[in-house]
Amino acid sequence: MSEAPFARRALTVTGMDELGAYRLLRVADPDGPEPQAGQFAMLAAAERWGGGEEERPYLPRAFSIARRSDGESQFLLEDVGPGSRRLCELQAGDRLWTLGPLGRGFVAPSAGRRAVLVGGGVGIAPLAILQDALAAAGAEAAETTVLLGFRDAARAEGAALLAGARVATDDGSAGHHGLVTDLLEAEIRRDPDVVVYACGPAGMLEGVRALCERADTPAQLALEAHMACGFGACFGCVVPRRGGGYLRVCVDGPVIDAGALERVDEHAGAPA
Amino acid sequence: MSVEFCGLALRHPVINGSGTFDAIAARRAFGEDLAASFPFSAYVSKTITLQPRDGNPPPRLWEASGGLINSIGLPNKGLEVYLREDLPQLADLLGLAADGAAPGAVPLITNVMGASAEQIAELLGACDARPEIAAIELNVSCPNVKTGLDIGADPRQLAEVLRAVRGRTSKPLIVKLTPNTADVGACALAAQEAGADAVSLINTLRATALSPDGRSRPRRPWLGGGTGGLSGPAIRAVALAQVEAVAARVAIPVVGMGGVQNARHAQDLIDVGATLVAVGTETFRDPGVGARIAHELQEIMVGR
Ligand SMILES: Cc1cc2nc3c(=O)[nH]c(=O)nc-3n(C[C@H](O)[C@H](O)[C@H](O)COP(=O)(O)OP(=O)(O)OC[C@H]3O[C@@H](n4cnc5c(N)ncnc54)[C@H](O)[C@@H]3O)c2cc1C
Ligand SMILES: Cc1cc2nc3c(=O)[nH]c(=O)nc-3n(C[C@H](O)[C@H](O)[C@H](O)COP(=O)(O)O)c2cc1C
Ligand code: FES
Repeated sequence: MSEAPFARRALTVTGMDELGAYRLLRVADPDGPEPQAGQFAMLAAAERWGGGEEERPYLPRAFSIARRSDGESQFLLEDVGPGSRRLCELQAGDRLWTLGPLGRGFVAPSAGRRAVLVGGGVGIAPLAILQDALAAAGAEAAETTVLLGFRDAARAEGAALLAGARVATDDGSAGHHGLVTDLLEAEIRRDPDVVVYACGPAGMLEGVRALCERADTPAQLALEAHMACGFGACFGCVVPRRGGGYLRVCVDGPVIDAGALERVDEHAGAPA
Repeated sequence: MSVEFCGLALRHPVINGSGTFDAIAARRAFGEDLAASFPFSAYVSKTITLQPRDGNPPPRLWEASGGLINSIGLPNKGLEVYLREDLPQLADLLGLAADGAAPGAVPLITNVMGASAEQIAELLGACDARPEIAAIELNVSCPNVKTGLDIGADPRQLAEVLRAVRGRTSKPLIVKLTPNTADVGACALAAQEAGADAVSLINTLRATALSPDGRSRPRRPWLGGGTGGLSGPAIRAVALAQVEAVAARVAIPVVGMGGVQNARHAQDLIDVGATLVAVGTETFRDPGVGARIAHELQEIMVGR
């Protein structure tokens, strides 16, 4: 797990790319620590953060680090409210407050197991840097299966962030007409000796969790939650833990072993 | 810019608000960077209760206009585990020697809460025995099991409870007043007369938010705990008025907090009578903000 410098840092936006319905925010961070796949950062625009509807946004927002290369960090954004909307407006040269990398990332598959990456919507973001990390660790591209689900074809364009993805859409406008968990079910039936890495809406994550539990397949789920701080200070980002009590998504996760959850809380997923 | 507070010599006047900075979790996130530049001149723990508490079901947060409504529900491991597991870790992080002596260290203030005089007495007694703890802050925003009324909401009830427990510790006792009361100045005065060494305020203002799904009937509350407490810039003006009112009524030191984001806000609280200033919600936006406020405050003081 990479540690974060103990203060937010002002970084400069290097670009904003369109990726179908999503935006890819690129930020220069040559001196920042190298993140582990699955870690996230708290982001806030340095100017005009606040003053939107209801005077929001006020707190910074959590975003998975989607990719890291040559001192540049990339974030995949979906406009779902005042915070993400303001971040989507940023352009090269704008300044951005960043705190991170934060949280516990994905753990590499144990020897003899292949990785199956399952993403839904904007939740595909941490799977891109995971795919990079698996490749850097020597996994052949063909060994890693990538299954991504989206609402429609415009969102499915986001699949270009990962290599060799098989796509499902809810409305059938691209790829398999149906749920990404349909693809996962078939994949696990074909080869049960895998580790599943998943990030996406709560419903999808719960589907993945239940499926992997039945198949006795290990799964690591990257959860989301409303966060105020991102570093364990506010106790606001909790999900119920199997056996009672709560886990803080920001410091106990965001990547949590599926076995630690009885079910995935309805608020613990990416925007659906 | 060092300041004396209840016999403690502090490096500067900026501390954290209880429950808004978990030093142990922060050390995991930020590593030794944190110990090397600890932002607060004293560290206040989150509220500790006799029994462990899980806290409220999620969602626990709602972003309001210029503020945050939280319904965290005071999760904590309970007194026994706090003393056994957290205290040694905190002592190590804060640089406290085993005998509590703290040259160059960050003094530890433990915040406790109980629902009756008996519970509070037990909490104070247990903390009194631990040299790592420099002072105790008593959170009185807790319903009294006997009356159902928040212990700190009524001056007479507050004085009665404090008199019953005051003898249990010789450490400085800070009473964290509740702002959800008719006359906070009267409560502060009652605390002083019953033996408090200092008062701190303001805690969060009772607040709620409805689920954004406007179609459901009846409208449901958003927060898992039903209602919560408002903090951040939205409460700063209320905090300034309450700190001013309290400082005018008591002779003991006052810890002022509520919506502080920068040195100017901290200076306002000091100028109406606060000895120390605590930063809460702003730390969520920038964990390093306490150190920056302390530094800027020093520049303001020197310039005066
Ligand atoms: C670890 C982690 C990683 C993430 N990674 C990504 C990522 O890579 N890409 C990405 O696009 N997103 C990601 N997210 C989600 C992202 O943080 C949220 O979409 C963002 O915070 C939404 O903020 P907003 O202001 O745009 O929307 P909000 O207005 O906050 O709306 C989002 C939802 O919050 C609720 N809501 C509405 N009003 C309020 C309010 N006043 N207070 C609290 N809740 C409210 C509603 O349920 C609403 O649907 C991640 C989240 C986490 C925790
Ligand atoms: C998430 C959160 C948790 C808090 N937990 C506690 C607590 O455990 N005990 C306590 O006495 N006050 C608690 N507080 C209140 C703060 O210490 C402080 O009094 C209040 O938030 C006002 O300051 P601020 O506006 O700077 O945050 C909490 C506040 C927040 C926002
Ligand atoms: S976001 Fe504050 S504790 Fe997790």
